[in-house]
Amino acid sequence: MSTAANDAPLIAVEDLHTYYGKSHILQGVTLHVGSGEVVGLLGRNGVGKSTTLKTIIGLVQPSHGKVVFEGNVVTSMPPHRLARLGMGYVPEDRRIFRLLTVMENLRTGLDRAGMTDEKKRALLEKVFAYFPVLAERRNQAGGTLSGGEQQMLAIARAMMLEPKIILLDEPTEGLMPRMVSQIRNIVDVLHRENVAILLVEQNVPLTLEASERVYIMEKGAVRHHAAARDLKVNDAVIHQYLGV
Amino acid sequence: MQLTAILAGIPWDQILIQTLNGIVTGMILALIASGLTLIFGIMDVVNFAHGELFMLGAYIGVVVLATTGSFWLALLIATLVVALLGAAIQIATLRPLLGRDPLTTILATFGVSLILQNYALWQFGPVARKIQEPFSGHFKLFYLEYPWYRLLIAGLSAAIIGGFWLFLKHGKFGIWIRATTQDRVMAQAMGIPVPLVHTAAFAIGAGMAAASGVLFGPLVGVNHTMGLDWVLKAFIVVVVGGMGNLGGSIAAAIFISLLEAYASIWVSPAQAVIVSFVVLILTLLFRPTGLFVPTPK
Amino acid sequence: MQPAIDAPASAKKARAGAQVPVLRTEALTRRFGGLTAVNNVNFQVNREEIRAIIGPNGAGKSTFFNCLTGVLPATSGRILFNGEDITGLPPDRISLKGIARSYQITNILPNATTLENVRIAAQSRRHAWSMLKHYSAYHDIIERAEAVLKSVGLYGKADELAANLSHGEQRNLEIGIALATEPLLLCLDEPTAGMSAVETRDTVQLVRSIAKNLTILIVEHDMDVVMGLADRITVLNYGQVLAEGTPTEIQNNPKVLEVYLKT
Repeated sequence: MSTAANDAPLIAVEDLHTYYGKSHILQGVTLHVGSGEVVGLLGRNGVGKSTTLKTIIGLVQPSHGKVVFEGNVVTSMPPHRLARLGMGYVPEDRRIFRLLTVMENLRTGLDRAGMTDEKKRALLEKVFAYFPVLAERRNQAGGTLSGGEQQMLAIARAMMLEPKIILLDEPTEGLMPRMVSQIRNIVDVLHRENVAILLVEQNVPLTLEASERVYIMEKGAVRHHAAARDLKVNDAVIHQYLGV
Repeated sequence: MQLTAILAGIPWDQILIQTLNGIVTGMILALIASGLTLIFGIMDVVNFAHGELFMLGAYIGVVVLATTGSFWLALLIATLVVALLGAAIQIATLRPLLGRDPLTTILATFGVSLILQNYALWQFGPVARKIQEPFSGHFKLFYLEYPWYRLLIAGLSAAIIGGFWLFLKHGKFGIWIRATTQDRVMAQAMGIPVPLVHTAAFAIGAGMAAASGVLFGPLVGVNHTMGLDWVLKAFIVVVVGGMGNLGGSIAAAIFISLLEAYASIWVSPAQAVIVSFVVLILTLLFRPTGLFVPTPK
Repeated sequence: MQPAIDAPASAKKARAGAQVPVLRTEALTRRFGGLTAVNNVNFQVNREEIRAIIGPNGAGKSTFFNCLTGVLPATSGRILFNGEDITGLPPDRISLKGIARSYQITNILPNATTLENVRIAAQSRRHAWSMLKHYSAYHDIIERAEAVLKSVGLYGKADELAANLSHGEQRNLEIGIALATEPLLLCLDEPTAGMSAVETRDTVQLVRSIAKNLTILIVEHDMDVVMGLADRITVLNYGQVLAEGTPTEIQNNPKVLEVYLKT
């Protein structure tokens, strides 16, 4: 099992500033994720967690700062190239293709250069083993799935890219407790497959449990950084940045 | 009795003839409208140059036919050339405008339409040209000699649209187009090269317009303004059918063409055109997302 | 009928909140198809209170705000403003009743000057059908607009195009526009969104300075702003009121913490 930061990190962002119009959403974000690491990104609503992920995957251009992936500066690369390079993205509202079937949703990531029929079949089998309900519903339109199933599809779809890192934006939001623990298991599964994860969440216990390191953001920047095992839910710093 | 008198008074022969005419026209219109709705659905561009791509296709058909004598080569080459031209237009004028106010793309395509119209006028002159039908031959339909050719173009249009629909439903590129149409952002996040998909979709739409230009050529004169009438009808079809909705466009095209054809039994064809506008207004008033769209999302 | 009361006594009565809350909702509910975003909310705000509405993601704060200001019709329940039923009124009528609102995404006229933005808002309180008189003839409106600009600290930029203001100044202009309509209740939707720490502090001071004679409702995520400004806080969760109290009470309420940390 790889430990954090043995070499250069897999992804590093330095001093990111991002604006929506004049609204200064990211005010200097710096963080990194090592190969195979699970890193949590906590913070209240509106602090810029989702915008950080969107800036990393290239959906939003920063006005300042850089994103470095496997040692290369990728700040102005278009999202589809970053996806091909090995970044998976699971957005906050899942955003599966509602009018495509489950299978077609998966194929958007499965059908790419270098994938022989053999490899495709193997990858599908593996993912269906993790998400049997998707196998059952493979010919159903994505929009007919329940919220939890759509979340699983969104994650499975990202896994089709065989990514080196998955950017997961609030996967447990709006899900029932039973589904929350399923998401927890999926994070573990991904970790075992040596996929790094940058996990944006507001669920503090889950994040502290699942992550190796945790960043806490407030007002557009990282305000605290610690190893997950050194943080407890009731610590003052958690209350300060995430409580009331 | 009264009933038989009424039934006898209805001009059945004309209705049947006009049904055929309506279907033929409808299929051509469907082919033009499919390209237009594809372009709108995938990149939110209202392509005001679509009629000119139709017109250019017809002219290229004229030229190739004159050189090679083969109608089928004319159809093929016109489609390919205009598709390539469409790709070039999209890359040069529309790609740089991505993400800006939609008004800018309307102006851009309108500008392209003016350029293409005047190019055609300069290149080919104001006199209308003719495309010869690939074969003649009629069959007897009541008192009329109905040309086989008309049925052929309806069939070919249907085949092209059908082929396109199959292409969308199966295969990797079909999925790419459908995914990009539904959610361009997530399509990118899945590694789909969205800028390329946009260019390809525009090229396909342009090619479909050109094909309908060649197919329709023998029925009307080919001149530099022929795009104008058809693009207006095509827009009506696209709005009535539901913007971005392929099946809806096809249904709307046939529906409107049939209505117009029936109307011209009793009024002049020029007045029959009013029917399409009435349908448009009613659609906008009562079901603005499209007559043939199941439920507004 | 009440007998006439002399001035000092009536002022005192007014000060006692006059027993009629400025805004009150009765069983306010808003459904979107199968989702109940606001669920049977009984809420009230008293005169000259600064009330903050907070809650985790999806708590229904924006929907609640939108119902109060007439942007969204309520599915059921009533909204009473100064005792008057305003349920179902459209936003323009609600504005005329005395409720003003600022928006999460800055909503100013970028091609007008700062003064013009505020003047147009002030003008809305007069009958504007006279097309023959030039706006400069309405001295009182211009004076009011200038006074509002002074109170939001933008008088020095009166002739500046609104598009050229900084983000913080634009957000404050938005508050100024709301103020110019002479409201009784001011609703602020995430007023410090996207602001730097300095701009945030300035806006907090601004809101404190205009709070006199005004009742203020504020939706915010920034806890420093909330704790620094609010007299009382209402916590929403899943469309219902979870807790209500002073900042200290809310900070010490274990249920609130639980809901925020998802423990």
